[in-house]
Amino acid sequence: MIKHKIHILVCGGTGCKSSNSDLLVSTLRNELIENGLDKEVQVVLTGCFGFCEQGPIVKVLPDNIFYVGVKPDDAHEIIAEHIIKGRKVQRLLYVDPKTKERIQDAKGMNFYKKQLRIALRNCGFIDPESIDESIARDGYAALAKVLTELTPAETVQIVKQSGLRGRGGGGFSTGLKWEITAKSQADQKYVVCNADEGDPGAFMDRSILEGDPHTVIEAMAINGYCTGADKGLVYIRAEYPLAIERLKIAIKQAREYGLLGQDIFGTGFNFDIDLRYGAGAFVCGEETALIHSMEGERGEPTFKPPFPSEEGYLGKPTNVNNVETYANIPPIILQGAEWFSSIGTEKSKGTKVFALAGKVNNVGLVEVPMGTTLREVIFEIGGGIKGNKKFKAVQTGGPSGGCLTEKHLDIPIDYDNLIACGSMMGSGGMIIVDEDDCMVSMAKYYLDFTVEESCGKCSPCRIGNKRLYEILETITKGKGTVEDLDRLRNLSEVIKDTSLCGLGQTSPNPVLSTLDNFLDEYEAHVKDHKCPAGQCRDLMTYWIEPENCVGCTACARVCPVSAISGERKEVHIIDAALCIKCGACLEKCKFNAVYVS
Amino acid sequence: MSSIKVELHENQVNELVEVCKSFSNDPFELIHVLHKAQSIFGYLPAEVQEIVARELKIPVAKVYGVVTFYSFFSMIPKGQNPISICMGTACYVRGAEKVLEEFKRKLAVEVGETTKDGRFSLNCLRCVGACGLAPVVMVGDKTYGRVSPDGVQEILAEYM
Repeated sequence: MIKHKIHILVCGGTGCKSSNSDLLVSTLRNELIENGLDKEVQVVLTGCFGFCEQGPIVKVLPDNIFYVGVKPDDAHEIIAEHIIKGRKVQRLLYVDPKTKERIQDAKGMNFYKKQLRIALRNCGFIDPESIDESIARDGYAALAKVLTELTPAETVQIVKQSGLRGRGGGGFSTGLKWEITAKSQADQKYVVCNADEGDPGAFMDRSILEGDPHTVIEAMAINGYCTGADKGLVYIRAEYPLAIERLKIAIKQAREYGLLGQDIFGTGFNFDIDLRYGAGAFVCGEETALIHSMEGERGEPTFKPPFPSEEGYLGKPTNVNNVETYANIPPIILQGAEWFSSIGTEKSKGTKVFALAGKVNNVGLVEVPMGTTLREVIFEIGGGIKGNKKFKAVQTGGPSGGCLTEKHLDIPIDYDNLIACGSMMGSGGMIIVDEDDCMVSMAKYYLDFTVEESCGKCSPCRIGNKRLYEILETITKGKGTVEDLDRLRNLSEVIKDTSLCGLGQTSPNPVLSTLDNFLDEYEAHVKDHKCPAGQCRDLMTYWIEPENCVGCTACARVCPVSAISGERKEVHIIDAALCIKCGACLEKCKFNAVYVS
Repeated sequence: MSSIKVELHENQVNELVEVCKSFSNDPFELIHVLHKAQSIFGYLPAEVQEIVARELKIPVAKVYGVVTFYSFFSMIPKGQNPISICMGTACYVRGAEKVLEEFKRKLAVEVGETTKDGRFSLNCLRCVGACGLAPVVMVGDKTYGRVSPDGVQEILAEYM
């Protein structure tokens, strides 16, 4: 193996790849070859760094230099200046939004300072397509340890004592789930990894699979040893082609190294993994629905009990955990339950990965200890609100969660605190909205999602959510009444109480939490027929201020429905009945004559 | 199902039959088979579903039930340049709806439709996971980030 002196790490996550990081890698490599440096400097295409806002990201080790927004054209300068002459390319360095200073060492970045990376430990650090790099970072050491030193029951005890809870949504004790599956009697058992990340705006599972697929394979094998299963299945979204490809490569490599297959580590333990593809159904994140989908059926949930741990895939005991949960297992085995449980809050141990998105400066993936406050995540790691706007709310838990406001910012984030505030952890999506966003529209957006994704099996979810959506639509169109607000609340309670699965039981949360926290906004819509955020189109009127209008006709020419009339050099008028409120005239007017209210 | 009969190429049909065989004609592999079928034909018209049903020895109704359940499967042929607008929450908050409106206006189609000349089809999808680039639009396999309504014409022009 060649020992390289310098490593150039280039982010190969979906976000950065979309910004052409592949071409960047090949250009960097060509530049190195031209300068005869390819033996000394290695370019590695890694998984996601998490700092997606300013991708593509390039990190140079051992200097620990962090370049952002790097284009293939910048490759020449990086090699010529930084690598050959040892001078950092200042213009590509990350600029701290508060101090406006260029950060010379990645350690100084607020984005990473408060993070503690356990599940994401290898993302952005290793080449995900190389099993050797994974092994160099203790990959498969935990599997070796359990197979050679521990009994299945002892291993389950470690996971149980660590306090790890399911990272996919519900937060059920992982160790307990393993124990139940282990105790179920059957000739065949299965280990399933739920990689059907359906929450729009959450992408941590995909990033783990893209950045560190071996950790998931290792953890599934450990689970197989604990529960007595020799077959593993990864249920993965077909919309994640890169994750699928990297996982396939990793499985092939693990088989070649004898880490999957027969008689692993010469211990007589057999385990292998296959892939199953999802086909775009949010409800398949629910474990019974997921299992039906793997069996080639419509992904409809069924009543629990029986739990999959007792009766799952093909009627056999099946342990279902999500990607992030599995990614925590190897460190727990190697560093012990006590280490893991020393991190976090009383009832929520370890860390949680959040996908920060929306109106925040640093969109990306962050992993923080449980108990970190929302303020720290949004304002310190996230760098605050985009464009110096005012923070309004943060939606946690995706379409199943709720929105939290200013008053919740200092509450330590954990499973129980979020539920107490009317939201939930969910898979860890965090969507930040600012003063320009209408909370009624936000609730409507989530209901639109739920209506489309409801499987239709039980009527509260199928019909109730549709009715909720219609009421919200009436309100955003300015035709709602005060009674509609009571109707929303009552219907929401009924849907929550009577739906069959987690989807319906949580789908009204966005409505209830916006009603609780932003009742004034709802009232403005139904009483005054106004949208305070100015987002609901039907509640807006466009008009031309005669004093400012010079009659240039620009607005009339751009209007797609010919709603603006007026002669050249005369004041123009918008016909409100024809206006479709597209805003084109407002954008076109150079004289500040178009107003909206 | 549509009443217009779709002509299928014989070699494509043979390929599909082979795919079913490679999964041992096992009904449990239905979704697997449908993924392969969609990559062969580009979409899943009734005729393709009938072949799958016959090969796996299950009712067509069951195949149809599964095809219509999952958003990834389509019974409408896609345009030469399938356009997908990400409607994930991150993109929504950063203005994906306005971008979608602009595409609808420029192409004169609704979501799920294909333009008359077959050049473009318009669809929404849920989160490609490139939230840092929101709002995101995909044309075929190419991703466009930070798209504004003003940039729509420019994107379309690339494929005209």
